[in-house]
Amino acid sequence: MRARVLAVLPPLAIVALLFAIWQLYANLSGIGDDVLPPPSRVLSVSWENRGDLWSNTLPTLRATLLGFALSLVVGFVLAVVIDSSKAARRALMPVLVTSQTLPIVAIAPLMILWFGFDLTPKVLLVALVTFFPITIAFAEGFAASDPDAEALLRSMGAGRTRIFRSVRFPTSLPFFFAGLRIAITYAVVAAIFAEYAGASEGLGIYMQNAKNSFRTDLVLAAVLVTTLLTLSLFALTYALERIAIPWYRLSRQGGRER
Amino acid sequence: MSAAAPKLELRGLSKRFGELEVLRNLSLEARTGEFVAILGPSGCGKSTAFAILTGGTPASSGEVLLDGAPDGAPAGRFAYMPQADALLPWRRVLDNATLGLEVRGMSRREARERVRPLLGTFGLDGFEGAFPFQLSGGMRQRAALLRTVVQECEVLLLDEPFGALDALTRAEMQGWLESVWARFRWTVVLITHDVREAVYLADRVYVLSPRPGTVVAEIAVPLDRPRSLTDSRLAQLETELLALLLAGSQPTEPR
Repeated sequence: MRARVLAVLPPLAIVALLFAIWQLYANLSGIGDDVLPPPSRVLSVSWENRGDLWSNTLPTLRATLLGFALSLVVGFVLAVVIDSSKAARRALMPVLVTSQTLPIVAIAPLMILWFGFDLTPKVLLVALVTFFPITIAFAEGFAASDPDAEALLRSMGAGRTRIFRSVRFPTSLPFFFAGLRIAITYAVVAAIFAEYAGASEGLGIYMQNAKNSFRTDLVLAAVLVTTLLTLSLFALTYALERIAIPWYRLSRQGGRER
Repeated sequence: MSAAAPKLELRGLSKRFGELEVLRNLSLEARTGEFVAILGPSGCGKSTAFAILTGGTPASSGEVLLDGAPDGAPAGRFAYMPQADALLPWRRVLDNATLGLEVRGMSRREARERVRPLLGTFGLDGFEGAFPFQLSGGMRQRAALLRTVVQECEVLLLDEPFGALDALTRAEMQGWLESVWARFRWTVVLITHDVREAVYLADRVYVLSPRPGTVVAEIAVPLDRPRSLTDSRLAQLETELLALLLAGSQPTEPR
């Protein structure tokens, strides 16, 4: 516990230092609040507008989680298909990589055009942005399975499904959680981007409205919420990992001897 | 010796992987309750012979007989212990030991009840809830052997089970294995390249040539059990086998 508190201190100190520099600059340079409000102001307007911010956070969170759920399902299924044969891998991988080259800036408004202003385009965009790390993590994880363990199960009379369930899938879980952490950091931003392109509620459209009325402080307040949201989801992945694969963290703490 | 058919018989097994001839006309047998060692240099195809037995790869020619009958469905009749212990890191010791029973369709609960009484014999009392990484090398091997024997298969196939251990632990494990084997009298086929391990543990030793592996000698070890590593007759057999192993580069027909 003590070690964990100590581990948090250096990054907090760096952030505090940056905020202090920002605060000093905003106060001393004479720059207007509509251009660069000091962090103290961002915090106070965040608190004053907490109701608005919260009611716009919920739709963003919903789009993020639904999109992410879709991304998990799609990522897992694609990885299973890729894992099933070399031919499937060769056929699919180039397509998947190409999907990641699509410029989101252009795709987001098109999604709104095709699927309307409601939840669907946001969910799809979040899934598009986040499924790739999940797919790769699962596929790499399946492939990392121990051939000795598979031979052992085969000698016990296990079939392909059993080997997948008892060896390949559990092997992939640490990889999956690494991929999950990469994906989750894109997820909220993707949802906000989709909302920015067109929405009736959510942090994305909130930022756009605030910017259009020159409320830089409110834009930054929404940015703050976005950051906290992503950090919370990121922390959640560690909690889930601990519950799902307790042996993994323990074995890494156990040191190198084996 | 008993007139009954041997428990396990390999008859003229050959295996090629493309151009590479790995096994040539390998014949050997193990009687019920017998401890047989296959001794050979690294890369002589010993592990390939086990892969054929466990259904990992088909033989190019030859046959495997169990109780004198061709072995139709290999999986499940041999309990195989691979060279690396292959314990699943996410399963606790108890649940690693039950793996084979679960694969065969036994419920995890029933399988655990079957394994529990054996934990003491295998020196794992109090460690049933530990993860494999929390065990010493010797304990890992004992856990792997426990997983192998609880399947109650007809023949145990042990592939260099102690190869990765340090010398002292290996000697301890060999002594321990001899004592549990004396108690349970499993039919065992042990693969090893450790001459001392072969003569110390086995009733009979087959010496294989370098690749393509074939039997160059069959030596009985007529020593009483429990054996002692310091027995001079054991040392004499060891010297004999080592000479055969070193001379084995020119394979001849066995017997």
